[in-house]
Amino acid sequence: MQTKDELITALKTIVKPYVQDEQAFEHVTEATDFIRDLKINSANLVDIALDVEEAYDIEIDNESMEKMLTVGTAIDIIQEKLAAK
Amino acid sequence: MASISNKLYVQPFDHILSKLPYGKPFLFVDSLQSVTENGVEGQYTFPADSSFYAGHFSQMPVTPGVILTEVMAQIGVVCLGIFLLNDAPTDELEIALTATQIDFYKPVFPGETVTVRSTKDFFRFHKLKCRVEMLNDKDELVCRGTIAGMMKSKSHA
Repeated sequence: MQTKDELITALKTIVKPYVQDEQAFEHVTEATDFIRDLKINSANLVDIALDVEEAYDIEIDNESMEKMLTVGTAIDIIQEKLAAK
Repeated sequence: MASISNKLYVQPFDHILSKLPYGKPFLFVDSLQSVTENGVEGQYTFPADSSFYAGHFSQMPVTPGVILTEVMAQIGVVCLGIFLLNDAPTDELEIALTATQIDFYKPVFPGETVTVRSTKDFFRFHKLKCRVEMLNDKDELVCRGTIAGMMKSKSHA
């Protein structure tokens, strides 16, 4: 399984096309909020979730999606779903 | 017998049309021919006296591309979304257009009837994305592309 740093790097690649604030993107931490900090809209947040599903062959349920608002919670969800496979 | 007859509709898609949150002059759906889990087909006729023809263009009325896009969004995405959300009351429907990518091929003139066909790409986490095309009454391709929007009913949120 990927380390947390590797997961963040991989997630950044997925998120990059949807980012509207490049400066915030350069300083991503686990606390970075997709909508508030990276200025991603809610429709593109859905695209990110679908891209994550495809990249990791996991299924994100509605409950997880509601929590997937920051880089950190996204990493937690990916790790949790991978562990459950 | 009563329970059977209650399920028959004279206009089978009236229950969708009645939930559309639009009114004149910005309602661009006349009728729906088919609606399934995977797609929708509907029609709209552009009244020759539609206000935008006075200025688009001043000397030569042609239906604006933004209006063609709106027709495709209302029929192809909103009508389908209402069907997929099924029992949401009108006043609790939240909708927002989030992305369009459309290529245009033929002009549409005043009085023409167009048919819109939409195929669902996905509907997840309240986002409905569709591949949509518009044909004129000669069955020629007018425009085609993808449209996405967020659709939810507050009661389901």
